[in-house]
Amino acid sequence: MTGDDIKHLPLEDLHSAAGARFGAFAGWSMPLTYPAGVMKEHLHTREHAGLFDISHMKLFEVSGPDAARLLNRACPLDAGALDISQSKYTFFLNEAAGIIDDLIVTRLGDERFMVVANAGNAATDEKHLRALAGDFDAKADALDRVFLAIQGPEAWAALARAGIETGSLLFMHGIEPRQNWFMSRSGYTGEDGFEIGLPEADARNLVARLLEDERVLWIGLAARDSLRLEAGLCLHGQDITPEIDPASAGLMWAIPKDIRATGPFIGADALRAIIERGPAQKRVGLKPEGRQPVRAGAALFDADGNPSGHVTSGGFGPSAGHPVAMGYVQTALAKPGTKLFADVRGAKIPIDINPLPFTPHRYRKG
Amino acid sequence: MAKTYFTEDHEWLRVEGGIATVGITDYAQEQLGDLVFVELPETGRKLTKGDTAVVVESVKAASDVYAPVDGEITEANGALSSDPSLVNSAATGDGWLWKMKLANESQLEGLLDEAGYQAHIG
Repeated sequence: MTGDDIKHLPLEDLHSAAGARFGAFAGWSMPLTYPAGVMKEHLHTREHAGLFDISHMKLFEVSGPDAARLLNRACPLDAGALDISQSKYTFFLNEAAGIIDDLIVTRLGDERFMVVANAGNAATDEKHLRALAGDFDAKADALDRVFLAIQGPEAWAALARAGIETGSLLFMHGIEPRQNWFMSRSGYTGEDGFEIGLPEADARNLVARLLEDERVLWIGLAARDSLRLEAGLCLHGQDITPEIDPASAGLMWAIPKDIRATGPFIGADALRAIIERGPAQKRVGLKPEGRQPVRAGAALFDADGNPSGHVTSGGFGPSAGHPVAMGYVQTALAKPGTKLFADVRGAKIPIDINPLPFTPHRYRKG
Repeated sequence: MAKTYFTEDHEWLRVEGGIATVGITDYAQEQLGDLVFVELPETGRKLTKGDTAVVVESVKAASDVYAPVDGEITEANGALSSDPSLVNSAATGDGWLWKMKLANESQLEGLLDEAGYQAHIG
């Protein structure tokens, strides 16, 4: 991709005015940090409320008499079993059960669903969904929305002050509170919070009202990454890829038991075979000893120097107060407490398998 | 009388009596963001201009700091082991990275002065 092709957020002017430092991510020019800096932005989100512009992500509306059947083919999901307003974390899988993208599907009505997909995969997802839709009486429309996330223990109060009541909405539920709005109680930080897709003019009004509130700060992509890593959440393209299946990734909790057994989803046979023989490697949390971060790409070894796996995400956890990482290790080594070593520029850094998340989730489930 | 030089790689050197104290500029620390770890060099290590002398790690990424001239490390800033954020708060003061005995003082002539560096970063 050349610099000319880079996409710009509809609210870029607001980020520039707020002093954002921009960088490229998944084909978009994104605010990486604001003047407060990644450390303060991260901690502010865990203590108060962080406002994120995630308009690089894509919302698709899947609708039609066969909408649920289409989703059941594309995802290891029982879409028809979802209550209206219920959300579910799921994936598009390929025939080998590799993860094309991870998604959140929300049922909006009897024949309507919202699919939230990752920026880097939006074009692939759209093509995939459209191709499958040909076999069903259903269609997939990409929506033109600004997409905001407000995350943290005071997110609900800040929204209430801005005139948006969230009281009865629980974690992993989504609604359409106004025309062309979609609001779900979900996020990518491990905190209570909301994601809101809405037209640009409405978004500008909402942002202005939210930023009047001293509890609310713009938060950049750098802190979004450290927050999700502490929360043990996967970044597609790093921690999960089309070469990684949900069993290896430790994401089988997202697939209902009966769907595992008999679901008609693409990749079902491959996934059942993987479950039958057991995945060769597993995704784990990794805690480096000391202060030195161990980053994506670092090779892992056991005490005898045998290759044992690799790191897929790593950095410093501002709330954890120490470096945090995740990666893949041979299944026999995946038990928390196992001691391994990471190669960082030739030095062997002791690194322990650590339970995920590093920072407890604080979702509002009821 | 100490004299201060700069490089296009955003380092500063304060030279006095054949010893250079080296750090990164305020502009560089701002670009890097909050530092969480500094991998310090061992005393006695001989450096050739362009060698990686130090690695500074922010929350997000690791960045190399290169030797601006030839020389031998005489001291690393041990205070950074417990408080790497000194580089952010005092890049040109307490956040210095290492001291080196210059092998070839004539190399200093190729470096920038403060006005030259300010012009470089625009």
